[in-house]
Amino acid sequence: MGEDAESPKINHTFLRDYVTEADVISTVEFNQTGDLLATGDKGGRVVIFQREIESKGESEEVGETGDSGEYNVYSTFQSHEPDFDYLKSLEIEEKINKIRWLPQQNAAHFLLSTNDKTIKLWKVSERDKRPEGYNLKDEEGRLKDISTITSLQVPVLKPTDLMVEVRPRRVFANGHTYHVNSISVNSDGETYLSADDLRINMWHLGITDRSFNIVDIKPANMEDLTEVITAAEFHPQHCHLFVYSSSKGTLRLCDMRASALCDRHTKLFEEPEDPGSRSFFSEIISSVSDVKFSHSGRYLLTRDYLTAKVWDLNMDKGPVETYQVHEYLRSKLCSLYENDCIFDKFECVWNSSDSVIMTGAYNSFFRMFDRETGRGVTLEAWRESSKPRAVLRTRRVYTGGKRRRGDVGVDSLDFTKKILHMAWHPSENIIAIAATNNLYIFQDRVNPETQAQ
Amino acid sequence: MIGGMEGGVDAQSLISISLMKIHNSRTQRGGIKLHKNLLVSYVLRNARQVYIKEKYAEIYRMQQYEEVMTVCNEIQELNPLDLDAEEADEEERSRGEESSVCGAALQRGAAQPAALCRTGSAVSGCCPLEDVGKDPEPSYYRSCCMEAPPAAPCDPFTGSGGAHCNKTTVLDLDTHVVTTVENGFLHQDCCCAPTGQSAAKKRKVEFGCCVSDLDDVPDFTRKRAKREDCSFSDYTDTSNISNLISIFGSGFSGLLSRQADLEQICSKQALASLGAWTRAIVAF
Repeated sequence: MGEDAESPKINHTFLRDYVTEADVISTVEFNQTGDLLATGDKGGRVVIFQREIESKGESEEVGETGDSGEYNVYSTFQSHEPDFDYLKSLEIEEKINKIRWLPQQNAAHFLLSTNDKTIKLWKVSERDKRPEGYNLKDEEGRLKDISTITSLQVPVLKPTDLMVEVRPRRVFANGHTYHVNSISVNSDGETYLSADDLRINMWHLGITDRSFNIVDIKPANMEDLTEVITAAEFHPQHCHLFVYSSSKGTLRLCDMRASALCDRHTKLFEEPEDPGSRSFFSEIISSVSDVKFSHSGRYLLTRDYLTAKVWDLNMDKGPVETYQVHEYLRSKLCSLYENDCIFDKFECVWNSSDSVIMTGAYNSFFRMFDRETGRGVTLEAWRESSKPRAVLRTRRVYTGGKRRRGDVGVDSLDFTKKILHMAWHPSENIIAIAATNNLYIFQDRVNPETQAQ
Repeated sequence: MIGGMEGGVDAQSLISISLMKIHNSRTQRGGIKLHKNLLVSYVLRNARQVYIKEKYAEIYRMQQYEEVMTVCNEIQELNPLDLDAEEADEEERSRGEESSVCGAALQRGAAQPAALCRTGSAVSGCCPLEDVGKDPEPSYYRSCCMEAPPAAPCDPFTGSGGAHCNKTTVLDLDTHVVTTVENGFLHQDCCCAPTGQSAAKKRKVEFGCCVSDLDDVPDFTRKRAKREDCSFSDYTDTSNISNLISIFGSGFSGLLSRQADLEQICSKQALASLGAWTRAIVAF
C-alpha cells in the first residue's frame, strides 16, 4: 500500500545516511481538494506535488477521477531566504514553519508560507498556451525589422507544454517580534491569523502594511513570563472563533465578537495536573505542540510530548479522550532532555470523518488511533519496508510481557528518525508523512473513501 | 513533590545541563528560542528545589554531628581535675537536657566520663556563653561563604558580644545547638559564592538573630537552607553558572547593560527564559 514519492530505481544506499540539513521537511499540507500537496523545508524551499489523474479505462466512466492517482512534483520554488535583523543583530532562519492553502476561487492556487518572521502569499498558476504570431517580434522574441513587415496579423494562442508559474503576491513583514509558529486561514476567506510566542495578529489577505493584534500575553515585566503561545487555529466554520494553545498545556477559545483584544478567553480548557506524576520535566511534557479543530468544528485535538488528547468544545474541565502515544518514554525523560528530543514538536491530524487521529513518534513510527474503539496502531515510514503497493505492517515497541518477533526494544529506538509533520487528505484515506528529508504518501486501497459515520 | 526516582545528584547534573542549554541557546542560529528557554528554566527551578531539599537535610544532619563533636573536642581541651564534682551535679540539674546531647556524643566515641561531660558543658557554657547571657538571641546559623565577609554582615552579630573578630563557641539554650562562630560567620567546607550574594546573605543573617525560641527552630533551619541555596554552585563545574549567578545577584544589570536598546530580544528573551528561576532566587 505504500508509495514512495522518490524514484526507487536509483541506488541511494551510500547517500541515505547523509542528510543535508536544508532538505529536512518542516511542514506538509494538502489543499482543500487534496489534489495538491505542499511541503516546506529548512532551506526555505516549497515543493508542490499534484495528484495525477489516472484513468483505468474499462471500469471508469468518462470524466471520473481515478482513485489510484500518484503524486508527482508540480512545482518547486524558493519561498524564503536567510535574513538578518540588523537592529537586533539576529539571524532569521529561512526554514518554512507552516504552509496553509487558501480556498480556491479561480484557476490559480494560493498558499501562505511563513518562516520565523515573514509571511508570504504565493500565487501558483498554470500556463499551457502561449501567444504566437506577433507582428513586431519574431519567434525568438527579437524585434523584427519594420521594413520586412508587409501585413498585419492577430496573434493566436497555441497550446504549449504546461508551465507552472509561482509568483509572490503579498509579503506580510514586520508583524512579529517573536518567532511565528502558526498561521491559519479564516473561513471568511479574507483574513488569516499568525501567532508567535507571545502575540497573535490578524491580517487581511489584501493588506500587508497593517495587522490587528488580537492576543497579547506578553507580561509587563518579562521576568514574570510563565507561558508562551505554541499554536493557534481558526474555527473551520465560525469566522469569529479561534483557539490557541500554551506551553502550560492549556487551550483558550476566543471569540472576536467579545472584544477587539482577546486577551481574556471565552473558554479555558485545562486538565488538572496529577500531583502523583510530578517530575522535573512535568512542565515540558505538558506543553502543547499542536492543536487542530476537527472537521466538524465540535472537537479539538492536541498533542503534548507523550499523549494526544481530544477535547469537546462544550466541556472545558478536561479532555474527553486521551491516547498514549509513547508512554514507554516516561522513564527516559532525563536522557531525552539531555539530547534535546524532549523539545520535539509533534503535529497531529484528523481524518476526514474525524473518526481517526494520527500523530508521529520516533524511529520513523507514527500512530493512528481509532476513536470509536480507542485502539491504536503503530506504523512505520521507512524505505526498506515499504515497496510500492506493499501493505504497511503494524509495528510494536516492546514494553514487557511476551516478546513477539519484530518487536522493537525501547533502547533500540532511533531518536534521530522522528515523524514530526504529517497531513491527511481532506476527503480520502491518503496520508502524507514527512520523515526527515523524505516524504511518504500512503493510500488506503481497501477503503479509499472515508466511510461516513 | 518531585518524583522519587530523582535524587540529589541528578538534580545537580540537571542544573548544569540546563544552564549549558541556556548558554548555548544564545549563540544559536535564528536567535534565542523563547519557548525552549522557558521550559529549560522550569527544569532548572524544579532541580533546584529538589537540590535544596536534599542539601538542607544533609547539612542539618551534618551539623548535628559536628556540633556534638565540637562539644566533645572542647571537653577534651579542658582539665577535668580543676572542676568540682558538686558543681557539676548542680549544672547537670539545671542543664539536664543538655546531657542528652553529650550523651549522644559519648556514644559516638568520645571517651570521657559522664561527669566530665557535664562539667565540660557547664564550662563551655560559662565562658563563651557570657555573650549568650547578655543577649537573649543566641542562635547563629552557618554561612556558606569562605571568603572574609564584608563588615556590614558582621553588624548583626555585634549585639552578641563582638563576635566578629574572634572565635566564639555558643550554645543555644533553646535548641541545644552548639555552634562555633568566627568573624561573624561560620566556616564550612562549602562553596565560594560570588560577592553578588552578600546582600542576600545579610538579609538572612538578620532573620537569624531574631530566632529565640523553640518555635523558631524550623525557621532557623529553613533559613539555613536558603543560605545554602546560594552556594550550590561549587558542585557544578561550569563557569557559566557562576557568571549567571553573579548576573542574577546584581539584578540583571550585567545582561542589560550590554544592550543599548532595552527591547533587544537577546536580553529580553534571556531574561524571560531565566525569569522563573531567578525570581525564586531573588525572593529569597
